[in-house]
Amino acid sequence: MTPEPSTPEPQPATPSPLAGGRAASAPLLGRAEEPTVFELSSPGRRAWSFAEADLPFWDAADLVPAGHLAGEPVPLPELSERDLVAHHTRLTQRQYAVDVGAYPLGSCTMKYNPKLADAAASLPGLARVHPATPSSCTQGWLELLVALGEALAEVTGMAAVSLQPPAGAAGELTGLLIMRAWHRGRGDGGRTKIVIPDSAHGTNPASVTLAGYQAVTVASDERGCVDLDSLRTVLDDDVAGIMLTNPNTLGLFEEDIVEIAGAVHEVGGLVYYDGANLNAILGVTRPGDMGFDIVHLNLHKTFAVPHGGGGPGAGPVAVTEALAPFLPGPLPAVAGDGTYGWETPARSIGRVHGWHGNALALARAYAYVLALGGDGLRRVAEIAVLNANWLRRRLAGTYDVPHDRPCMHECVVSAASLARARGVRALDVAKRLLEEGFHAPTVSFPLVVKEALMIEPTETESPQTLAALADALVRIAEGASSDDRLAPRTTPVGRVDEVRAARRLVATFDARPPGARAPGPDGER
Amino acid sequence: MAGYVPHTDAEVEVMLGFLGLASLDELFSVVPDTLRLAARPHDGGAARFLEMAEGLGEPDVLAEMERLAAANTACTGPGVPVDRGLVCFAGGGAYDHEIPEAVRALGSRSEYVTAYTPYQPEVAQGVLQALFEYQTMVARLSGLAVANASLYDGASACVEAANLAAAVTGRGGVWLSRGVHPHWRSTMDTFAAGSGLSLVDAPLHDGLTTWAVPPAEPPGALVVQYPNYLGCLEDLDAARRAADASGALLVVALDPVAAGLLRPPGESGADVVVGEGQPLGTPLSFGGPYLGLFACRLDHVRRLPGRLVGETVDVEGRRAYVSTLRTREQDIRRERASSNVCTNQTLIAVACAIQMAWLGTSGLRELALRCARATRYTRESLLAIEGVEPLVGAPTLREFAVRVPVDPAVVVDRMVDEGFLAGIALDDEAGVGGGAGTGPGLLVAATERRTRRQIDAYATAMAKVVR
Repeated sequence: MTPEPSTPEPQPATPSPLAGGRAASAPLLGRAEEPTVFELSSPGRRAWSFAEADLPFWDAADLVPAGHLAGEPVPLPELSERDLVAHHTRLTQRQYAVDVGAYPLGSCTMKYNPKLADAAASLPGLARVHPATPSSCTQGWLELLVALGEALAEVTGMAAVSLQPPAGAAGELTGLLIMRAWHRGRGDGGRTKIVIPDSAHGTNPASVTLAGYQAVTVASDERGCVDLDSLRTVLDDDVAGIMLTNPNTLGLFEEDIVEIAGAVHEVGGLVYYDGANLNAILGVTRPGDMGFDIVHLNLHKTFAVPHGGGGPGAGPVAVTEALAPFLPGPLPAVAGDGTYGWETPARSIGRVHGWHGNALALARAYAYVLALGGDGLRRVAEIAVLNANWLRRRLAGTYDVPHDRPCMHECVVSAASLARARGVRALDVAKRLLEEGFHAPTVSFPLVVKEALMIEPTETESPQTLAALADALVRIAEGASSDDRLAPRTTPVGRVDEVRAARRLVATFDARPPGARAPGPDGER
Repeated sequence: MAGYVPHTDAEVEVMLGFLGLASLDELFSVVPDTLRLAARPHDGGAARFLEMAEGLGEPDVLAEMERLAAANTACTGPGVPVDRGLVCFAGGGAYDHEIPEAVRALGSRSEYVTAYTPYQPEVAQGVLQALFEYQTMVARLSGLAVANASLYDGASACVEAANLAAAVTGRGGVWLSRGVHPHWRSTMDTFAAGSGLSLVDAPLHDGLTTWAVPPAEPPGALVVQYPNYLGCLEDLDAARRAADASGALLVVALDPVAAGLLRPPGESGADVVVGEGQPLGTPLSFGGPYLGLFACRLDHVRRLPGRLVGETVDVEGRRAYVSTLRTREQDIRRERASSNVCTNQTLIAVACAIQMAWLGTSGLRELALRCARATRYTRESLLAIEGVEPLVGAPTLREFAVRVPVDPAVVVDRMVDEGFLAGIALDDEAGVGGGAGTGPGLLVAATERRTRRQIDAYATAMAKVVR
């Protein structure tokens, strides 16, 4: 029997007894799709093994009352360990990272993460400690946390630190709740507003709302900094405080910072420092000396804790003497006899984490502090700022530089002219850069610059890497054409359809439409 | 000093020359003089500088970290021999589980470890697909349609769930079981000061939450933990009925290992399932970084906190993954965002996904069974000791609480001398226990790592300590 040529008989891709699974092979770094772990699953296969516990054999029905017992076990992928390892190894080959190459993502401080911190964080004496262990058995951890807190207080010029907040945004909200508790503690609970510059990170206004305040935006002036006169027009008795990033998200130092802090203090408000850009000023100047009352740090930026593809980070909060009683607790503390324990500040706002914060991330940061010391931290800022200024100067003339004056750790250039002249937007430049083997800068932020490309090279990229990055950006601008909208063409996937992802939401494997094509030998393109 | 700055002095000179500057100091001319620190302590004279030690070489850093690590008494296991560590019987949301070498090896691949948030999907398919797989598995554990890409920990997941419920229902009341982990409840309390939510306790009776007396104002959420802080199996059907009677969403905090044996909360009508993901792939880590699990019904996906990965295609029709429904997030919605989460716990979520796949369908059930057996055997061994009684009567699964004839904190201290982390003292003043409204007790958990020999030795030591 010969099938009609026009309607070929559908062939089963694999004989049914061998459904699921897949040979662990893939073209190295090719553009072939990687099947999901669910498509690799083969019923009954397993990787797991456990130790012999020698316990009485109670069955599920003996252990779980009938009304609670699951009818069916939770369906999870069933793979050999070999196939699981191959799957994730192939996935990592589809992933760019700092350890692969330069990652000049503005405002993210994607510096090299020293390997010694990995070793420190895996020490069993740190990693295998239960968080409820009595403090007599955690003296090493408590000493580490106290010492890290002191180092962060010194770097920021503040009096006291809480290490509990697990991320920068959590630090922001914690800081604002401290601000709120302080005002209320003085019988001044009527304040409703927090002032934020229009160049602020999105987490700032979101945190303001969650802290029960209303965000009031103040415009930047033509220099890219907070305009003192505009600021004065919004300052009144309703203002609880101001949130500032310094250097700001344009990479510019707020030169009027002392006057700004003074003006806010004058109306009874507090001054909050968003530590996203602290890398620029380590050992050069300190938020405490500028007049800030509350500081959060992003240890996953400034203190080289790796970002993990989106976390975990750590967002400690440092405050002045006056605000110390409001810090989240319990706090690690040292007693007169040199033993360490936990203390909850007198007027603590309460816990902001289930335990003691992202402790292993804190240990990594402490190892980094020990390695660099005071001089090393200052060197970080010097070279980060040198690199950013070199790039700004090198790119001027090719890209627009909206605020053409010395920058700090990052520079913001614009593709506005390029977009007008050749129809190539900042996003296209970013995608082209991926083809050139670099990670893209931050695009379309800060919002105050059209077609923004926010470039933060960090101190760990060599002059040669910088030159190559600059050459690539210049080459992209000079060769810009409508073809660039097809970029990137050399990455594991091409430009991704984000609109479709949102319109036809498929957020789990089980939500895939029936009959969706499976990649692999039968679905390979 | 270990240096991670590659520049030679000669290269710095050339770069400064390109900028027309004579020194690195001139880079900071925009910083007012009054705010400047001096470069070096030794040549600054009266100038201010960072009062910090000089940097150390790598071996010296590691020696100092090892000294600090050695000053702790860790739980026994890889790298901690029995004569140097504590055999762990403590839980309370942090459990001493085995972590397979495959999880350790894959979870420490530097492509996963040193990537940023996947803002450029074309070069981030590895993290994005791993998160998509994670979301799928968390949704299946929960019995709900969609899960996010992680929150900070169990406590933050509860906070976000309460915020979601308030946004959905327009009501700020949270009817909160006293059986929810006391640290999670106090974290919720901290953030309620800003969000304006009001928390109303639902008391425990013999270990289980009673929903008999509704709050004066109808709440937006009921929050219950399953199994609860004392290890008791809450009646989720009763919680669902109480939620229906007041028009609230039902939030269930689920233990992901116990989930291997339990009916998924989604089947019992949970609207949101949260949890602490540490038991699946994360070391005890002195409490962090851990992993906030968060799943919800599809109706609420547009209010889901944190990141969400979706499947889509690239320009050539290839399957691809991307962060989606981004307009929910703070960087776009700004002050109108219902969550400020940006950095989350991606790397921990990836490890959790690897661990779940390593276990598979049969392995998760087997793990849950082994933990339940060890816990049952430990409980029976302790209850055979004179003066040790159950703290509450309700059936338990993941852990259990006992009344002991000696101050529980003293029991924990004495058991340290016997080589055991005996559990969590429920009236601990440091705030690591207590608050469930049951009076003093000892909260005990045993995982699949505990053997009959260890449990017998633990019970023998306990008999001595409480005598």
